[in-house]
Amino acid sequence: MAKSSAAIVGTGNIGTDLLYKLLRSAVLEPRWMIGIDPASDGLRLAGDLGMITSPEGVPWLLRQSELPDVVFEATSASVHRTNAPLYEEAGIPVVDLTPAAIGPYVVPPVNLNAHRDARNVNLITCGGQATIPIVHAVARVVDVDYAEIVSTVASVSAGPGTRANIDEFTRTTARGLEELGGARTGKAIMVLNPADPPIIMRNTVFCALPAEVDQDAIVHSISDMVADVQTYVPGYRLRAEPQFDEPETGRRRVSVFLEVEGAGDYLREYAGNLDIMTAAATRVGELLARPAVEVVA
Amino acid sequence: MTPYSAELDVRITDSCLRDGSHAKRHRFSVEDVTAIVSALDRAGVPVIEVSHGDGLGGSSFNYGFSTVDERVLIAAAVAAADRAKIACLMLPGVGVKDDIRAAHDLGASVIRIATHCTEADISIQHFHLAREMGFETVGFLMMAHSVTPYELARQARVMAEAGCQCVYVVDSAGALVLDEVTERVAALVEELGSDTEVGFHGHQNLSLGVANTVLAIRAGARQVDGSTRAFGAGSGNPPTEALVAVCERTGIRTGIDVFAVIDAAEEVVRPRMDEECVLDRLSLIMGFAGVYSSFLKHAYRLQEQYGVPGAEILVVAGERKLVGGQEDQLIDVAIELAARGE
Repeated sequence: MAKSSAAIVGTGNIGTDLLYKLLRSAVLEPRWMIGIDPASDGLRLAGDLGMITSPEGVPWLLRQSELPDVVFEATSASVHRTNAPLYEEAGIPVVDLTPAAIGPYVVPPVNLNAHRDARNVNLITCGGQATIPIVHAVARVVDVDYAEIVSTVASVSAGPGTRANIDEFTRTTARGLEELGGARTGKAIMVLNPADPPIIMRNTVFCALPAEVDQDAIVHSISDMVADVQTYVPGYRLRAEPQFDEPETGRRRVSVFLEVEGAGDYLREYAGNLDIMTAAATRVGELLARPAVEVVA
Repeated sequence: MTPYSAELDVRITDSCLRDGSHAKRHRFSVEDVTAIVSALDRAGVPVIEVSHGDGLGGSSFNYGFSTVDERVLIAAAVAAADRAKIACLMLPGVGVKDDIRAAHDLGASVIRIATHCTEADISIQHFHLAREMGFETVGFLMMAHSVTPYELARQARVMAEAGCQCVYVVDSAGALVLDEVTERVAALVEELGSDTEVGFHGHQNLSLGVANTVLAIRAGARQVDGSTRAFGAGSGNPPTEALVAVCERTGIRTGIDVFAVIDAAEEVVRPRMDEECVLDRLSLIMGFAGVYSSFLKHAYRLQEQYGVPGAEILVVAGERKLVGGQEDQLIDVAIELAARGE
């Protein structure tokens, strides 16, 4: 069966890392790389690989005689809000890697198959992809009244889109903790660390717990979930055993410390924040391009 | 009629109700805020900052939950102040734009937006919003000891272009030593010219808070911070009352009444502190190793919980180059140290 064609819109860190992931896909063939900066590294790389490239943005892509089966958008929230109606008009399904959050949220190990017919699905944020599975793993065992995450990435791995969108990042991630994670209230914190050599992406998940809980059941659920994520991001791992404590009176919690090491495709291994987005996007895009094919989470 | 005018040489912002939130473990009451704001306002302190220690929206597992919602505290501060402006701190990535809007609705008139000193561009959207809303804007470049004066000035330019009216050199770790302050403030003054003011926020971790602040003023800073009774993170901030006294002695006009602020420190602020902010082993290590001052109370808590020396936690935090906001990683460090000790 011939591969379905894909276009990447956005030639920054995420778009370029996604290109490497799509090149390994058995289902998708990345054919277009669309940006707005003729001098971008991503456009040059895609051109070297023989892809069709243009710095003239989405209007140029949609004027071509052949259109992609699926579009991946890795620009910024505001740019995606402008582009989304254009894709819809052209009838092309889109995987949104910005925090614009127009379409329903997808985190593969939580709800990969839930929105296979949607025309626009959103991948929340890198921090959301890394932490929502853990909140979900806790919330499927006990009631989670409040979940909070702290996501720290290396400064060099956060491109201009991410930097311009930090407010959207925190709000979209918090909503994801609630809608997909299953927490009644979610809070997200994002930190950029400029240390050199760059730090590996770190995520901490705090879930408030009821007074009586089966700690072993929570630990097992978390460890099953980590294994699920590892099927598409092998460098996703726990830094330590989940910690159960009560730092303030009446605020029992479980704390989970995660590290996400990337595959080292576009940026080096520290940039797991790229991988967790682009690997998830690849899974979701394969499904949107081929809605008839069952994909196992 | 306002006493704060071009005739003043420097404008002092008192931060004890924000930086002191760390020392107080975020347990300020409405009564604390009302009493302290009233006393400082009467003494002529022109700007008083009130927020969770980690800024608007900082109430969390990661930094500690506020016992009273900071919005209630901000409203109380606004109500208690006759002349002083009320300022709020906000860290992009911790707080969100809605927090800035809420602070404005509550009557705060100065917003101070803080980023790590290499990450100024994450604050652009927040400065745009704040200026649109009519806020007076201040930018905080935190952990300013960790980059060169030249790099710091380039980051200050990013904030100024986004609409920041005064960029602060923020010595979050209390690690800057005398000339290092002068060089940084001078670099910002040169970069920003007359369009944007320069400020300085110090800590006492190397016992240089007041001296550093005077040097900042001499280098051209037009706004500086103090915290009454040094009530702040780490070993605290330059005590506002000492700073005001030194300014008076050296002919720097602050508009603040020396005796009134000394009385406020002794009679109003001190009784509301759990303990004095002192230069002890851990806070000195923070200044020496360049560690973010608000890690102090977390290090004490983890020392007790995991049975590992707080000093070691802080030294590793310095080695790992943790930045402000990474309190979660102190737990990771403590777990690792505990495992190593077993």
